[in-house]
Amino acid sequence: MTDDSKFHHGAVDDRVAPIVQMQDIQKHFGNIIALAGVSFDIRPGECHCLLGDNGAGKSTFIKTMSGVHQPTHGKILFEGKPMSFATPRDSMEAGIATVFQDLAMIPLMSVARNFFMGREPTKGRGLFKRFDVELANEITMTEMRKMGINLRGPDQAVGTLSGGERQTVAIARAVYFGAKVLILDEPTSALGVRQTSNVLATIDKVRKQGVGVVFISHNVRHALAVGDRFTVLNRGKTLGTAKRGEITPEELQDLMAGGQELAQLEGSLGGTV
Amino acid sequence: MSDTTPNQTTDERIKAEPLISRLMKRPELGAIAGVILVAIFFVITADSAMFTASGIINFLTPAAQLGILAIGAALLMIGGEFDLSIGSMVAFAGLFFGVCVMVWGLPLIVAIPVTFVFSAFVGAINGFIVIRSGLPSFIVTLAFLFILRGLSLVGLKWASGGSTQLRGVRDATENDWLAPVFSGDAFPGFFAWLAERGLVETFSNGTPKVTGIPVEILWFIVLALVATYVLLRTPAGNWIFAAGGDTTAASNSGVPVNRIKISLFMVTACCAALVAIITVIDAGSTDARRGFQKEFEAIIAAVIGGCLLTGGYGSAIGAFFGSIIFGMVVIGLTYTNFDQDWFQVFLGGMLLIAVLFNNAIRKRVTGER
Repeated sequence: MTDDSKFHHGAVDDRVAPIVQMQDIQKHFGNIIALAGVSFDIRPGECHCLLGDNGAGKSTFIKTMSGVHQPTHGKILFEGKPMSFATPRDSMEAGIATVFQDLAMIPLMSVARNFFMGREPTKGRGLFKRFDVELANEITMTEMRKMGINLRGPDQAVGTLSGGERQTVAIARAVYFGAKVLILDEPTSALGVRQTSNVLATIDKVRKQGVGVVFISHNVRHALAVGDRFTVLNRGKTLGTAKRGEITPEELQDLMAGGQELAQLEGSLGGTV
Repeated sequence: MSDTTPNQTTDERIKAEPLISRLMKRPELGAIAGVILVAIFFVITADSAMFTASGIINFLTPAAQLGILAIGAALLMIGGEFDLSIGSMVAFAGLFFGVCVMVWGLPLIVAIPVTFVFSAFVGAINGFIVIRSGLPSFIVTLAFLFILRGLSLVGLKWASGGSTQLRGVRDATENDWLAPVFSGDAFPGFFAWLAERGLVETFSNGTPKVTGIPVEILWFIVLALVATYVLLRTPAGNWIFAAGGDTTAASNSGVPVNRIKISLFMVTACCAALVAIITVIDAGSTDARRGFQKEFEAIIAAVIGGCLLTGGYGSAIGAFFGSIIFGMVVIGLTYTNFDQDWFQVFLGGMLLIAVLFNNAIRKRVTGER
């Protein structure tokens, strides 16, 4: 059903150099091995889905990628050069933006103020250096229009936006501030059907701009709708990376569950999971 | 570029918003409406003397003293914190200032900056404890409400040799060139000039009834304008809203939340110090009951002005009008036949109405249903 999705798919060219390469990443927390050797890479203009059930290590993995955690073992290459991100700030400056589930948005503040929160454009000098509200408003309206959202005005409070629209604001913000890689942590998990498709459309737009999108999800349908490549994590390990068209939804579903119980369950549920 | 094309694509689901409903979203609207209602009430019930020039100065003076505190409190509340120690801080800063002038014999040009630095330091301690411990500022500053009040008493007894009042500040500051900036009336020459031309009311001997604008009113207005400018037109203002709206979201976006909050505590303490300096020079003495319960009045004025108790929303202009309502009510009742003790009832009632109103506004803004 998802193979004939309406989205354009960036036919990932294997010859394009990846922006970020994570090689054999291990992460131990005390005596717990959260990641036991995960390799992953992301190329410009593709949407690479990272799938896995709860507890598979998805969160730990993206936190390593965004500089929240440092890997116990393994290498991170950014544009071919070894990098170690000490803080989230470092990875942000390099061009890896993460949109976490809480979105870092403040409902009582306007969209424009949220958009530029912490990175306000200024004009004037010295004591008269001030927040360039007009510029901020204009940029916000333009960027949001590009993403297909018509705001009532730049002063509309984020609290009045729907969940999908907020997600889009967060994505637009990351892209505007020069993200080369965009990590989306379960962007569709709390959304309705309509809003989900809006967010998936946004991902597609962002990908066309040459940004590499890492899409974390545990929903196979959402992943198949936009993904170019799929990597499945299970119990801290990669179960392999598949290209679009090489794998069926059922196979993906099985991989995520570790291929065991679900096969039995599926019989009783009639393949509806 | 896309901004060259006037692509004002409209969404058919969005109705044009009427002016009224846009105004409803301004945090200070409630306070402005309140000022108008209270003014109408007193125009009807009070002696007509209340709305003459001298009557207006009469109620603006206490409004200004409270308002300076309320603007500080409002900024802090927008930043998501409370300071219950501002009232005690007025007494404590007053004591420190009195000691600077009387015991150490410092000129105002030294005593005033030193008092501000000292107060900012006390504010920073407040802020630092709140940030480091992660405790609600309510409880930390409640502790300081008592600590500072107690220290003021102890300190006054030490400085004055056993009394809880330190007198003689006026004699010590009378001839200081800086004193007019912090005490008395501004523009006396202008008012005398107006009186000569019969443009303002005069006593029978020709001196104007209003000899000038009390300096605290000017400080109050300037502070309200500066605070509004900072809030709405500087990055720091955006950070204050962000820090109050959601600490985690703000710091994830690179807002220096801790620095902002500690600075706000320092600003609030400096507002208290300003009120202390003005009142001490004006009265010529300081005592331990200065600023008693002012913390509540300042917070009430800020809430009437549209600040949410949860932070992230409010305005300095709102606190400005909230304070004026306050001054009008407290002084206005003396112009009426009502028992003055109605004041407290009025105050509580205003607070309740303001909170209900603000709650409704917040729901409108965030689109909660």
